[in-house]
Amino acid sequence: MCSLALFPAPLPDGQTTLCESNNELLSGSDGHDEVVFFLQELSPLSLFFPRESLKLHSRTESSSRAAFLDHSETLWMRSAAAWRDSGLTGLLTEITNSHTEVPKCLSVSSGCTLALLQWVSSFHGSLFPHLTLSSEDMIAEFSQVLNWSDCVVRAFAWHPHTDKFAVALLDDSIKIYNPKSATTPTLKHRLQRSVAAVQWKPLCASALAVACQNCVLVWHVDPCSLSTRPSSGCAQVLSHPGHSPVTSIAWSPSGSLLASASPMDTAVMVWDVAAESCVPLQRVGGGGVTFLSWSPDGSHVLAPTPSALFRVWETRMWTCERWPCVKGRCQSGCWSPDGSRLLFTVQGETVIYALTFTDSILYTPSVTGFHISYFFCVDLSSSVGGEIQSLAWDPRGERLAVLLKGDPQAADRPAIIAVFKTRTNPVFELLPCGFVQGEADAEPRLMQFHPSFQHGALLTVCWSSGRITHVPFYFLSAGVPHFGLSGSPLLPRPQERCSALANQSLFTEMIS
Amino acid sequence: MFSTQQSCWFIRKVICWRAAASIAWAVLLLPPVTAVFVILSRFSLLHPIHTISECFSLLTSAGAIFSLILLCGVILMVGFLNLEYYTVIPTIACSKIALLGQLLHPRQFVNSSAHCIMGIIVAWCCAVTIGGRYETIGYPCTHSDGSTHMCLNEYHLILLLAGAFVGFSHSLLGVIHNMNFVSFHTVQQYKYLRFKGSLPLVVKCSATQALYSVRNYVVVYFFLGYIPKAWICKTLNLHLNSSIHPLDSIAGLLDLSLLYHLWISATFLLFTWYITLLLFRIFVTEVYNFPVQSSFTEEAHQCLPKVLTDKEPMILKFLALQDLALLSQHSPSRRCEVFSLSQPGGHPHNWNAISRECLSLLADLTQRLVAYHDTVATNGRAKSLSTGSERKTSSETSVTSGTEDLMSPRPTLMMKTPASVFARSIVGGPQSPLTAPFTPDLDSPFASPSLRRLTAPVEQCSPWHGTVQSPHVMRRVPKLWSTSTDSQANGSPPPSPASVASPQQQTSKPSLLAQFLQNRKEQVKHFLAKRVLIMYLFNKLPEASSQALFADSQAHIWALEGISYLIQASFSEDQFGVVQTALPSILSCMLVLQEAVDRHFKLPHASSKPLRSASSMGDPTYKTLRFALRATLKTAIYRITTTFGDHLNAVQMSAEHRKRLQQFVEYKD
Repeated sequence: MCSLALFPAPLPDGQTTLCESNNELLSGSDGHDEVVFFLQELSPLSLFFPRESLKLHSRTESSSRAAFLDHSETLWMRSAAAWRDSGLTGLLTEITNSHTEVPKCLSVSSGCTLALLQWVSSFHGSLFPHLTLSSEDMIAEFSQVLNWSDCVVRAFAWHPHTDKFAVALLDDSIKIYNPKSATTPTLKHRLQRSVAAVQWKPLCASALAVACQNCVLVWHVDPCSLSTRPSSGCAQVLSHPGHSPVTSIAWSPSGSLLASASPMDTAVMVWDVAAESCVPLQRVGGGGVTFLSWSPDGSHVLAPTPSALFRVWETRMWTCERWPCVKGRCQSGCWSPDGSRLLFTVQGETVIYALTFTDSILYTPSVTGFHISYFFCVDLSSSVGGEIQSLAWDPRGERLAVLLKGDPQAADRPAIIAVFKTRTNPVFELLPCGFVQGEADAEPRLMQFHPSFQHGALLTVCWSSGRITHVPFYFLSAGVPHFGLSGSPLLPRPQERCSALANQSLFTEMIS
Repeated sequence: MFSTQQSCWFIRKVICWRAAASIAWAVLLLPPVTAVFVILSRFSLLHPIHTISECFSLLTSAGAIFSLILLCGVILMVGFLNLEYYTVIPTIACSKIALLGQLLHPRQFVNSSAHCIMGIIVAWCCAVTIGGRYETIGYPCTHSDGSTHMCLNEYHLILLLAGAFVGFSHSLLGVIHNMNFVSFHTVQQYKYLRFKGSLPLVVKCSATQALYSVRNYVVVYFFLGYIPKAWICKTLNLHLNSSIHPLDSIAGLLDLSLLYHLWISATFLLFTWYITLLLFRIFVTEVYNFPVQSSFTEEAHQCLPKVLTDKEPMILKFLALQDLALLSQHSPSRRCEVFSLSQPGGHPHNWNAISRECLSLLADLTQRLVAYHDTVATNGRAKSLSTGSERKTSSETSVTSGTEDLMSPRPTLMMKTPASVFARSIVGGPQSPLTAPFTPDLDSPFASPSLRRLTAPVEQCSPWHGTVQSPHVMRRVPKLWSTSTDSQANGSPPPSPASVASPQQQTSKPSLLAQFLQNRKEQVKHFLAKRVLIMYLFNKLPEASSQALFADSQAHIWALEGISYLIQASFSEDQFGVVQTALPSILSCMLVLQEAVDRHFKLPHASSKPLRSASSMGDPTYKTLRFALRATLKTAIYRITTTFGDHLNAVQMSAEHRKRLQQFVEYKD
């Protein structure tokens, strides 16, 4: 059991992490000429969205009602509008409030029903406290993004196969950047509000799924099109009553299915996007689903709930295994590239847990259970950082980035990204790598690894200042065969490996 | 029909047992459902305890058990009808008249009358269990002159007729919503979980459907209720009690308790039937594991490569394709059997059979799409049927110019390929313009078994096969038919229609008489087109022809998935390189299909999304199959390109296909 104390000390304020080369994290002030050449390649991908440049919604839809003159409608009209806007409770409230126009018994009975409903919902809310949150607060609470409601960049997604990415901004628009094309399409839709997550469909050039407040949108953005504002006709709307707000979405790696989750809905929705039909996977308990992560081999889906319980679904026959946590809810999780290991973190603890799955890909229709052989933890409590916000594992399984929340009370403990070196073969190992830091006063909010970076791993970080930067980790991958060595002169030579760091293993799996 | 199906081992050994199991479960579920119905129908708010004890005593009485047995008989009958009428390819009516034809079909008439009778039986059971004023059809009443007679109990009658009406409308709606269509789910779940997940939907559907049916029934009874009443009175020698209100009046029908009982009985009836249907669908679509190869010769006909090529029954073919898609995705050990070589001989028979069948399915769809596109001009109207040679060429050029902006020089080439000539010769053939609306399209799934191949798979060394491979045809083949010289060595390619088409080309010389008849037909058509009702009945429904074209596309989707996953797996698992030899033909087949699908989606109405029906037991998945096919096709091509990457440069294919493939490699499509 080791901790962040083994890490090299964080950089002093004002220095930014540039990249990893020769097993060292290089910072901005060091001046490494050979690195700069490669970093220039990435510079067109770096973006900056100043907060002032975004036109924000000044008021929400419900508050805009106050701006209009009140005019009297008939009771029927008002009731119908209330039913449409907010369902049964709205209707009952409307009837109760207009007691001068309706018969006394009706208004009294609707008042009683309303009180009963409120009592039931408050009872339900006392079981699952998150149900009392407003939908914006709920997204902020369960999002993988640190401090979501204040974020300029609310969601980010690399395309799984090419160098393009989508950025969801505070003003509910999504921009698509492609270094090979001059146009940056901006996606706007009436229903695209409070974007919590975006993800590109694998094995497809154009489809982008967006988790919105009331629905899931699937945009079809033609990569060859020159239009900068695709019409809302290019978006498919996938909605299901009771399934809002959507806080997380996940495409299956084969691109055939899309799963969506909402903390208000106990069911995980599995969408057949082409048919716009869904299969709700309902299980009792937990009170909702906060996050979804599909394993890269497509065999499992992690689905944490707002209570101290998470599920791991097996995608062959869609059965699930319950995993109760001791302390809090599962905050984040990520899968190893072969889908055999799941790392996850629990709210209120500074520990990374791991689950190991075996026999996950055998297709035997009668047996779909899976065996978990291992359970261990790495404790990260130290003088830096705080609770863990999210985890990201690079597609080769060699770097693990951990976004630490920091302590809002203590000024010297800001949010920070700690990066581990990992090895999955022959035994699972964690080694310290270093901290990734940005400019002064900029907090990391969101991070993602590039899915197909040639020379190692590329970590994209969205900062609180509205800047998006890319930190490459140049290394020679152990597991992947190398085709063109000449293209990557920065590859570390094994004999130069910094032995002092390499020996400080944080964790090594014991072979039992 | 049933006798021909009986001959198949699969129907006998699997489907019948599955249907029997589903019916057994439906029968087992009947008592609890009936108990709930009894409680709901007799519940009174004022005496809740009393009602429940009364219900229990009622449920154990002899009458209740008798009606339960009757209901079991009805469930058995419904289950049998489900088995007899189910289909995996929906029948899509392309015009109002075709729908009318389906509704008036004798087979449908048998179905409707069976449902009517079963509705009456269920309603009688409901009347007996609800009891009270509904219980008997006659009751003794005293006339004004003091004499006692048996009088007609109209409450009993109205319930029985409601049962008949709901049964009849259920059967009609079944045709309109394609309720006998069994769809396969993309998400595999255990039967119990699937049943549990669909149960709320079934409750909602039956309640809403019962509400609509009862509303319609009440209106019908209000206007026409006196006819059955008089008839029953006459045949059973009953009298009408003049002292109480007749029910076919506004006052009589505005009885809330009566309406509630009608609704709850209709809900009960529909719920039991829907449950039977749901269980049947769940059981029938369950995955079946076919062995890839067997060491016993007597089981050889049950192996996957053999079963895939069977044309009948369709359910067998669908389940085989589903199994292929799943094994290629999830089962390394079974994939290994697919890639294995025969012993002795060393031929990849399994792979050859599977890939040939998948390719012929895809080629069949391509051909269908091309033929459809040829008959429909780009503005969506049916092209005028021309017989004169000069008109033919003019229409040809007009189509070419219409599509020129969509495609590169390909269409001009394609117009001259034998397939399009073949298609046109069919159009110019026996199909008269008036019968056109009856059939969806010339190459519809119903006109012929949809997955038909023009000829059976030929022997590798047959002389006929040799003629197809003549250089004359070969020059054109890569444009439409993905055969190549090397594919001959490792399995015969999908039979090309080229050789079949070319003789017909000469025979379609128009005679003077034919031209005269054609003109007459045109005149009649123009005359009829001016009549509004005729136009209403004969006009094609906008989306329907597109839906009909893709009605069986679930098979193509599985074929695409299966073959693309197999190719993906072959990158690391195929030890003998059996897949590589077929890769060029598979890729070009997919690219040709992709082009045909793209062209189809540029037609009007093809890309418009169907309205989502709120709640109906009919499965609307067939309406979106074309979108699913398009998405699956793209994903399949991307799966191959991402797996092989730059290695695809070594694959032999035409320059145009290479260009097309390059777009996929660069993720630009």
